[in-house]
Amino acid sequence: MVKRQFDYEQRVREIREKLEELNNLSSSMEFDLSREIESLEEKIENNRERRYQNLSPWEKVLLSRHPERPNSNDYISYFCEEWIELHGDRHFGDDTSVIGGIGRFNGQAVTILGYRKGKDTRENLQFNFGMPHPEGYRKIRRLLLQAEKFQRPVITLIDTPGAYPGIGAEERGQAWAISQVLMTLSALEVPVIAVVSGEGGSGGALALAVADRLLMHSNAVFSVASPEACASILWKDLERVEDMARAMKITASDLQELGIVDEIIEEPLGGAHLNFPEMAEKLKKALEKHLEELVSTNRRELLEQRYQKLRKIGEFRE
Amino acid sequence: MIKNTFSRKKYFALSRKMESEEEEKRVALPINCPSCSARIAAEALHRNLMVCPKCQHHFSLSARERIDLMVDNGSFQEIDAALSSLDLLDFPGYQEKLEKAWEVSGSREAIITGLATIGGHKLVLGVMESDFMMASMGSVVGEKVCRAVEQAMELACPLLICSCSGGARMQEGMVALMQMAKTSAVLGKFNQAGLLYISLLTHPTTGGVSASFASLADIILAEPGALIGFAGPRVIKQTIGQQLPAKFQRSEFLLEHGMIDLVVERSQLKATLSSLLGLHCGHGDGSYARKRRAKEPSPCPCDGG
Repeated sequence: MVKRQFDYEQRVREIREKLEELNNLSSSMEFDLSREIESLEEKIENNRERRYQNLSPWEKVLLSRHPERPNSNDYISYFCEEWIELHGDRHFGDDTSVIGGIGRFNGQAVTILGYRKGKDTRENLQFNFGMPHPEGYRKIRRLLLQAEKFQRPVITLIDTPGAYPGIGAEERGQAWAISQVLMTLSALEVPVIAVVSGEGGSGGALALAVADRLLMHSNAVFSVASPEACASILWKDLERVEDMARAMKITASDLQELGIVDEIIEEPLGGAHLNFPEMAEKLKKALEKHLEELVSTNRRELLEQRYQKLRKIGEFRE
Repeated sequence: MIKNTFSRKKYFALSRKMESEEEEKRVALPINCPSCSARIAAEALHRNLMVCPKCQHHFSLSARERIDLMVDNGSFQEIDAALSSLDLLDFPGYQEKLEKAWEVSGSREAIITGLATIGGHKLVLGVMESDFMMASMGSVVGEKVCRAVEQAMELACPLLICSCSGGARMQEGMVALMQMAKTSAVLGKFNQAGLLYISLLTHPTTGGVSASFASLADIILAEPGALIGFAGPRVIKQTIGQQLPAKFQRSEFLLEHGMIDLVVERSQLKATLSSLLGLHCGHGDGSYARKRRAKEPSPCPCDGG
């Protein structure tokens, strides 16, 4: 049976509650169990550390989709003293699954763009589960060109299952909208840093991942299609989704090895949602470092490096 | 559903020689049109460019057949023919699939690229091969597209890519997905160079190919009835839990929604391409483009350059 939820923390919590009960019991019965209890607690903590060092790719998929995982709104409010969200694609509508706007990051005006998931059903419906329509990609492109005009660096946050597969999305040119963003980003004349903070699902996620630097959270995943889709298409067997997640090489360390990811941002023990301030601070520091490097790079060199980085991706026999 | 759209029966090879009597016998049998069920003599279908004479259903073509159909006789010179895929992720079953695809399609990869002339106009051409792993895009497709674009820039001549694809090749994981970004970046340069790119979408063009190089052309043509879109119809149907409208994601539907320039019947394809190429080559009386570019005079590539 394939795990659909990462419930390890819950089990740890249950064991801790039991220990607490035992502790209370021992004090009321005047047995001194405190040493045993302490050593058990230490064991739990050690076990927890080991557990998180040995997460399977599929467990990372589940963690990256954790309902409490910090979303783009959280990061933006942590990063920016000042933030103005901007709306609309100027063609059809405003796609709320994409957040975009101007903020002050470390004293510097930047454009931030991100896919946005909700944390509960109401928010998820509001943000369409983080799955953009073409309007989302057109808003992205509009704000990218705006950033270029005003020479603002761009930071992107990637956390989406993918572009929305619906009738309206196809009618209004999902493929065209995504391709335009890819081309625009590949030659945008300002520094671009992309962060895979959660789920990077397919081409719909890729649209924000064309950048000078690609950072990735240690439990985030980025894949050509969801492991579920690949397992059902290639193996006709959804039960083998865990094997598929492994075969597809979708974790941050796999992608760093493949030369796609530049830096991994280590998550706090148990995942980004268990200690958001620590997570956000680490990411902020990394962004500051990269931004400083990129801002001082000559514009032509910056574009050439980004281009060459993209141009050489791929392995083949000749 | 996408997969079924790729399962093309070999009715009649336009260019391949009949290898045995048995095959000759098989192809000589009349063929049922999958669209109108009419029985068509193989010879008649062949003469009609693999288009049903009754209902105009366009049968799929192999890359070689399509090249023969479009370019001036004998003008095609393949480039980068030796590029072939590696099982870079050690993905279960990929090597076997590649070997099977080499055998079935007779091609090394899911795209053939080269130089050719159409109506005397020199151009760089890429044609995707539907029989090769559903013409999915992995490293080799991405690289060959990029090299074709670069070749066209070097020669300062137009580029034509005929797409059909199930999307990024899952067996190459993120490296395959990144080919979308790579081809888009190279086409960005091509666009800056002021050169013409024509994209022809054929049945079916979906996923990562539709959301990258196939959509980034100056002029987008499609064959009648081709399925074109980002998400496959089965996924959409599952997601929304509704029946899809008739003709949804077909060429005519996309034309209506403003996504493509023209739906071109196969019989008109070569003439349309020649005309488009001619209108862009800077020939003719008082060409504005030519005068504008006169500061850096470069011969028109169709002047036998």
